[in-house]
Amino acid sequence: MADYPRIRRVGLSGLLVQFADEMSEPANRAAIALRAAIETQYWPEVRETSTSLVSTFVSADLVATAPEGLSEKLQELIGTTDWYSAPLPSGRTLWEIPTLFGTDAAPQLEEAAQAAGISPQTAIAELSSARVRVLTIGFAPGQPYTGELPPHWNIPRQQALTKSVPAGALVVAIRQLIIFTNASPTGWRHVGQTAFRTFRPDSDTPIALRPGDEVCFPSVTTAEYTRIKAGDTSGNGGAQTSVLP
Amino acid sequence: MIRALETLTCGPAVTVQDMGRSGFLAQGLTRGGAADVLALHEGAALLGQSPRLAALEMGGMGGSFRASTDMRIALTGAPMITTLDDVPLAWNASHLLPAGAILKIGGARSGTYGYLHLGGGVETPLMMGARSAHLSAGLGEALSAGSILPAGVDKGVSLGMTLPVENRFDGGRIRITTSMQTDRFDTQTQARFASTTFRRDARGNRMGVRMDHDSAPFLAADQLTILSDVIVTGDIQIAGDGAPFVLMCECQTTGGYPRIGTVIPSDLARVAQTPAGAALRFEFIDLDAARSIENRAVASRAALGATVTPLLRDPHSIRDLLSYQLISGAVSAKSNPFFPKE
Repeated sequence: MADYPRIRRVGLSGLLVQFADEMSEPANRAAIALRAAIETQYWPEVRETSTSLVSTFVSADLVATAPEGLSEKLQELIGTTDWYSAPLPSGRTLWEIPTLFGTDAAPQLEEAAQAAGISPQTAIAELSSARVRVLTIGFAPGQPYTGELPPHWNIPRQQALTKSVPAGALVVAIRQLIIFTNASPTGWRHVGQTAFRTFRPDSDTPIALRPGDEVCFPSVTTAEYTRIKAGDTSGNGGAQTSVLP
Repeated sequence: MIRALETLTCGPAVTVQDMGRSGFLAQGLTRGGAADVLALHEGAALLGQSPRLAALEMGGMGGSFRASTDMRIALTGAPMITTLDDVPLAWNASHLLPAGAILKIGGARSGTYGYLHLGGGVETPLMMGARSAHLSAGLGEALSAGSILPAGVDKGVSLGMTLPVENRFDGGRIRITTSMQTDRFDTQTQARFASTTFRRDARGNRMGVRMDHDSAPFLAADQLTILSDVIVTGDIQIAGDGAPFVLMCECQTTGGYPRIGTVIPSDLARVAQTPAGAALRFEFIDLDAARSIENRAVASRAALGATVTPLLRDPHSIRDLLSYQLISGAVSAKSNPFFPKE
């Protein structure tokens, strides 16, 4: 890890601090913590910040301001602490999102179980009891990448894309679970279906989840899922929330 | 009476667009906004109003529209065949759209995105701080027949004006800078990329534009193991088959395909406007050159208002020619002889 963290220029759009070249829990935490620290600096050239799996993006107008100054400030901030052992952000939420595993609603559960080397029953037992963390929000508005699942879930994405999974689909690959924001083609396998809306454009809080939040996917029956979906107006899809210490 | 524009018929890709929304990258939403931002500035200069006001962006073709009250309009971006009550109307110009008259905007003659600006701007409700539809995110929707677009209060008066525009509608040279993953491509691949003539694929939209070429794919080292990371508008990602994709205003916020470079903001409109099949080349420029080009672009956008001049029309295109007083000949912004009498 001698090469990391490192700073990269992103075109004329800003600078990127990368903490690793592969997914790891400490590097993910480092990216989230550095972003929070940058937000408290109120550097005038910074427009906004975001995180990916193991990197922090600092959006800045590199036309108006040369990148060197910002780069130096970032370097200095990076040097102030060991970001890999930074604590998780405060004010995190635990989301318990009712999920219908398998059936016609999520037709790739068996295939995913096979790729993970376990039975479909074990797959449901594992996925419905796993507690994963939101590693990053991205690709589409509010769309969470959560993880990490145990190592046997390090299953590759499919070579051929699934034509479309619906909004609320729970999909799995590379030890991560995603809830899709919008109907979309994907190489990830569709193992569960939720009524949870990750993006609610008309709400005061259009994006429900934040990096650092924790999520689990309790298994429900088709009947229960249908009842939740029919009765849900909030977009929460029957999810229970609690504040994490 | 409410000031509004009624959509009578409409092409498949007509949306309300402004400068887009910032501040939501961390939540997975890219800025969006007009594909050709310069066109928003041109429309604002023609109508003497803020470039932050929303306009209609028309992909490939427009539609037919009718105003509830007299309304100033301007037409910018990709030139489209346009008539007002069946009389041809000049592009890159401001006009009066009289109440009840039918404005018909057809297919693009060159380029891809045309813009219809209203005096006072399109004033549909704000969504997360902007009026722009961001269809890939599921925010807003494309216009359809029957859509009513409220217009804001119009404080301007000038009409029948035009301005010179930079031709950005037929492909050509696109300047790019290096970005965070450029060095994942060896120098030969970078050089070959910069010396290849691409054609814009028919598969192109507000999310991204695919570029076709005949030579070998442009692959990065460890193409398949690159971790997903931030995407910015203008990034040129190399897809699994080695073909470049320029990521446009409605792109996703993260992606796992390597990026060979990033189109400088000033040349993004040219990428967006390049029609399918037209030729494009990418030229790497260094950071200092890119910054000075962009600084000049900022200055020239700010000075657009000074380039606006009265539209001189071909007499054959003037409606009701004989009803005009043609002898005095004086043209001023306030008593333009060319717009219909009340």
